[in-house]
Amino acid sequence: MYRQTLSELSDALVQKRISSVELTQHFIDRINIHNPVLNSFITVTVDAAMEQARAADAKRARDETTPLTGIPMAHKDIFCTSDIRTSCGSKMLDNFIAPYDATVVEQLNNAGMVILGKTNMDEFAMGSSNETSYYGVVTNPWKDNHVPGGSSGGSAAAVAAGLIPMATGTDTGGSIRQPAALCGITGLKPTYGLVSRYGMIAFASSLDQGGPMTRSAEDAALVLNHMAGFDPRDSTSVEQPAIDYTDNLDNDLDGLKVGLPKQYFNESLDSEVAVVIDNAIRELEKLGATISDIELPNAHLSIPAYYVIAPAECSSNLSRYDGVRFGYRCDKPRDLLDLYCRTRAEGFGREVKRRIMIGTYALSAGYYDAYYLKAQQIRRLLQQDFKNAFTDVDVIVGPTTPDVAFSIGERTEDPVSMYLSDIFTVSVNLAGLPAMSIPAGFKNGLPVGLQLIGNYFQESRLLNIAHRFQTITDWHRRIPEAFQ
Amino acid sequence: MSIDKKNIQHIATLSRLLVSESECESYSGDLSNILGLVEQMNSVDTRDVEPMAHPLEITARLREDEITEIDQRQRFQAIAPEVEQGLYLVPRVIE
Repeated sequence: MYRQTLSELSDALVQKRISSVELTQHFIDRINIHNPVLNSFITVTVDAAMEQARAADAKRARDETTPLTGIPMAHKDIFCTSDIRTSCGSKMLDNFIAPYDATVVEQLNNAGMVILGKTNMDEFAMGSSNETSYYGVVTNPWKDNHVPGGSSGGSAAAVAAGLIPMATGTDTGGSIRQPAALCGITGLKPTYGLVSRYGMIAFASSLDQGGPMTRSAEDAALVLNHMAGFDPRDSTSVEQPAIDYTDNLDNDLDGLKVGLPKQYFNESLDSEVAVVIDNAIRELEKLGATISDIELPNAHLSIPAYYVIAPAECSSNLSRYDGVRFGYRCDKPRDLLDLYCRTRAEGFGREVKRRIMIGTYALSAGYYDAYYLKAQQIRRLLQQDFKNAFTDVDVIVGPTTPDVAFSIGERTEDPVSMYLSDIFTVSVNLAGLPAMSIPAGFKNGLPVGLQLIGNYFQESRLLNIAHRFQTITDWHRRIPEAFQ
Repeated sequence: MSIDKKNIQHIATLSRLLVSESECESYSGDLSNILGLVEQMNSVDTRDVEPMAHPLEITARLREDEITEIDQRQRFQAIAPEVEQGLYLVPRVIE
């Protein structure tokens, strides 16, 4: 069962070949066997899951279903859940039980999904390897001692290893797409504003966006149908007419104009990964796409601009963790300042503290113009580059990451080298565009991800291209040997 | 641009983070390296470029001025480190 896609499991439930209780038990068993090795879950909620599964079966008996009813899933531990601890991968929130559900949690609950737990992640979503988690590193299911990527590393590893058919993720600079690529699954980062941020713990508010992590594009479309939508509780939620993202999955790709950014195929791209990407592009050609080169002339400035904007917003957002209203508090504070400074020094890990300090510095008196304003101007240039490109092509295609998964510990001592693993993903967040990563092949037994970038609100187009690609390839159906 | 140890203490204070003398050295190295990366921004002239604060051109939504929140004080304070009679407790501020 774990080999099947969410859509196949949904069919099995509809045809009553299996019940949600049986399906849920199957995945709980798999989590019990494999999670000790992977460490992809921070919290597993067996009893609550079984209760939700029984409720889903009862709904089915009454014919009150959606295609997601009774399907087991997991939330990245950044989405607030009213009855389950939400740690955000941090000691700061190790004891935090939110007083409310995130909108995304509420929507998927309403659709009848069954929550099996909360997945591991880089602390406050700051990291590209899952190594900054207070709950320890997650293992890449394809190779021991390799990272799953991050920050949604637990979600990606759990889906790849077949511990769950779907998990939620969030993407601020690549945190859905990069781990999806490194673990060989399908990940979608929607247009900024499509999915509600209410109850999704904030990192960099002008960049954060939640999305589905699944086996296939068809699965992502089914889930997005229930995740997307206007939410008055999110001040930047966009009012868009609701559409069915599965409607256009099978559309013909004849005449689709695909652009390859020259700046994504330069010396920073590993040569063996380049070959895999090249083969994937040939598949798109077989499906009727026409390929041309395009320019994103300012692409090399995306990482520098991102590492001003994201830390600046993070330093502001994380000022709420003060040891007063919720979360960690240091022992025996001498005075108020000591309470703040020691609570934060003890509650946050090193990468989070680095980013708070960089952001505080960039926003401090006298430096605003040189850093924050400059980064916002570069953000405009990056957006303009994409706008220009989309006058000529329908979709931009390239690698998701410069190389496959790296080994655990390889980059922890050098933050800058870690940051560069997001070199092809961050500009999409700065511009606010939708993008996907889909499995495209392997290098030395480790998965390679193909990135598809669309114009604003073109999720349906991206899912169509990804789905057609997955009808003529089977990379997305592979399961690592150790988990079969 | 490099950030020396004295600067680190200043930034740490602004950030409300306690940073020990021994940590200062490594933060100084890390932050200087990150700023080195960030300063690649200076390779492009942005004089007449309008800054972009947000991906979408939207204005803040307004709503009717009506009560939408209910009193959940007990629920919220149930997860607080220290409360007494409905108040959050912090170390004494005024002697």
